[in-house]
Amino acid sequence: MKNLLLKTAKRGAIVGTVAVSAVALMLTGCGEAPPAPGGSGSANPAAADFLGCIVSDSGGFDDQSFNQSSYEGMKKAQADLGIQMKEAQSASTADFAPNLSTMASAGCNLTVTVGFLLAEATKTAAADNPDLHYAIIDDSSIKAPNVKPVVYDTAQAAFMAGYASAAVSKTGKVGTFGGINIPTVTIFMDGFADGVKYFNEKQGKNVQLLGWNKDTQQGSFANTFEIIQEGTKITNNLLSEGADVIMPVAGPLGKGAGDAVLAANKTGKDAKLVWVDSDGFLTAPTYKSVLLTSVIKTMGEAVETIVKEDLDGKFDPAPYIGTLDNGGVSLAPFHDLDSAVSADTKTQLDEIKKGIIDGSIKVESKASPK
Amino acid sequence: MNKPAGETPAPPAPPAKEGPAKAAKESNGTQLVREIMSGNAMISVLAVVVALVIGGILIAVTDPRVTTAFGYFFGDPSATFKAIWASVSDAYGALLRGATYDPNARTWQGRLGIFETLTFATPLILSGLAVTLAFRVGLFNIGAKGQIILGATFAGVVGFLIELPPGIHLIAVILAGALGGALWGGIAGFLKARTGAHEVIVTIMLNYIAVSLVLYLLKNQLRDPNSSNPISPRMHESAMFPLLLGPNFRVHAGLILAVLAVIGVSWLLNRSTMGFEFRAIGANPRAARTAGMNVSRGYITVMLISGALAGLAGVTQLAGTEKILDADIAGSIGFDAITVALLGRSKPWGTFFAAILFGAFKAGGTSMAVNADVSIDIVAVVQSLIVLFIAAPPLIRSIFRIKAVSREGVAA
Repeated sequence: MKNLLLKTAKRGAIVGTVAVSAVALMLTGCGEAPPAPGGSGSANPAAADFLGCIVSDSGGFDDQSFNQSSYEGMKKAQADLGIQMKEAQSASTADFAPNLSTMASAGCNLTVTVGFLLAEATKTAAADNPDLHYAIIDDSSIKAPNVKPVVYDTAQAAFMAGYASAAVSKTGKVGTFGGINIPTVTIFMDGFADGVKYFNEKQGKNVQLLGWNKDTQQGSFANTFEIIQEGTKITNNLLSEGADVIMPVAGPLGKGAGDAVLAANKTGKDAKLVWVDSDGFLTAPTYKSVLLTSVIKTMGEAVETIVKEDLDGKFDPAPYIGTLDNGGVSLAPFHDLDSAVSADTKTQLDEIKKGIIDGSIKVESKASPK
Repeated sequence: MNKPAGETPAPPAPPAKEGPAKAAKESNGTQLVREIMSGNAMISVLAVVVALVIGGILIAVTDPRVTTAFGYFFGDPSATFKAIWASVSDAYGALLRGATYDPNARTWQGRLGIFETLTFATPLILSGLAVTLAFRVGLFNIGAKGQIILGATFAGVVGFLIELPPGIHLIAVILAGALGGALWGGIAGFLKARTGAHEVIVTIMLNYIAVSLVLYLLKNQLRDPNSSNPISPRMHESAMFPLLLGPNFRVHAGLILAVLAVIGVSWLLNRSTMGFEFRAIGANPRAARTAGMNVSRGYITVMLISGALAGLAGVTQLAGTEKILDADIAGSIGFDAITVALLGRSKPWGTFFAAILFGAFKAGGTSMAVNADVSIDIVAVVQSLIVLFIAAPPLIRSIFRIKAVSREGVAA
């Protein structure tokens, strides 16, 4: 007992000493720092003076979705072009305005804001700082000389995914669900629905789509982009209704969907997953054994291009619209599941791509950027 | 203090097994409240300091400059210490400048971060008071989040759906917000008083209901007709708090409301008969009942007032800074409020200063993330550590060898 007490006291003393000396160190640190010049922590004066900044929505830069792709684009611009970079993640809506004003006060030449949720804050910041440039991903509501909207006609690539899914489905049922019923989500589902419909027309089949009705614009939604388990729940429902290809359009909830598909396949099903936004084979390798393909929005490249243009003094507020034609949207390779897709289907997909580009195949979504 | 140390004083603590003369059903909270009240302000200060030190260590070990220098530690030990110094002073320097004054910022708003601090502090003061007040009656109001949402929703209905003359409009918005919060808090108080349902469970559940409710309303009745997204229309200008320092700064008249609330709650607790009853119930509900006080009524009343205060926090968010209602209007304020109340030792002015500190963390955290490239999560870690240290006073006492009230050491 006595021994224990002694030990405790000793340990207390050591911890105390360490803490006190650390406090002393810190107090001096705090006391000295403020008057020192140089607000930026970067010690790289040689790099270009161009400051590229990026602000996430509440998904964060590790959402394996559009925040992450845009962030990687900015990172790549930093590496390739030698610009300086600053980043800020938003935990909630209340963080948008302060994050943007911090970026403005740091003197960001170009600030990329990720997601329509930031539209209001971006609009205000752009009006307050007419000398700075902004680019907003997935929103085209802002018309200002210093804001470049970046939007994607995702329905075009989702159409191809719908066709491919319908072609590989063994149960004759494919499924999709969204995070929240908003245009940037439903545009995937509209394209997917059209792709399935086109397959039925061309092949004389009757593959059903679960989870989305293009005519009523209603379907399965998790009503969250954060609670991953909701993705598992909805996917399990779709699987039990007989769907064997699932396209989750819900950011991080795709992981939940992937878990559900992996679990179902352990019990003897043969279900597959269609990833969205980035090539899931690369960004979510856990699910590569069940990953049929991905509907890619190449946000990284778009961000890098916009940075480059701005750096060259060629900033242009005209909206960038990503299409199959300019490579802004695309269908990912089938990777490990290549053998699941017949050669005929692959040829047809190539024809569809050509058809969409030359306009002979119409892909229409209420949510398509105009 | 007659409390045996070592018992976990976490909010949903199981009924105390030992402990002298306890009506387990009613006094789950009283033990922690007593524990918190017994500690002196020094413990709060030290908890913040220790949390900052640990945060500093995390900043240093995750900084590539430090890890690189540590690679040749034995070749040149001073390089490591220089790198640690640079890393930590960069980060905390940016935090401090962002929260107070930054001479190098490009815009006025960035230069005078102190006003951002006050802007962030405003809803924290009000919601912190909500938690503080309930604490004093021995209730854990974990439902500030739901009450903020309801307050903001009620305020929004008046603020963007109805047109009223300036002045009257803002007052109506404030009253509606208080009503919404009071309603949501009152449900928990009523259930506690009538059925004995534990307020922790009830308020947490009401948080979920509030989020789903507001999302439902935003998709239907309250949705901006020009948007397909679940957000409300903008508040009318007449329903907004006037900005205190012009359009360059976000600090608004809600801050004055918050300060008035601090004075009000301070008076209520320390000078009024009702406050005396509250404190008596908080100290020992059984004794209060024996002394002829109506404990049930006390529970209901305090939760109504507490909810109203949290509702006002929702009003300051919506009518002060956000302008548009969305399902995320409460952010992390509801839970930060609990930390603020703990750090403030459940005293109104303590809560006020704790809220200012947390406002500074918020305002400075952004600047730290942007200018020193340190993840803003460090701020969350520091805040969590503060809770940990305050909820475990024996730990802090032993670290600093403060004369403990309890007999046991801190081998745990």
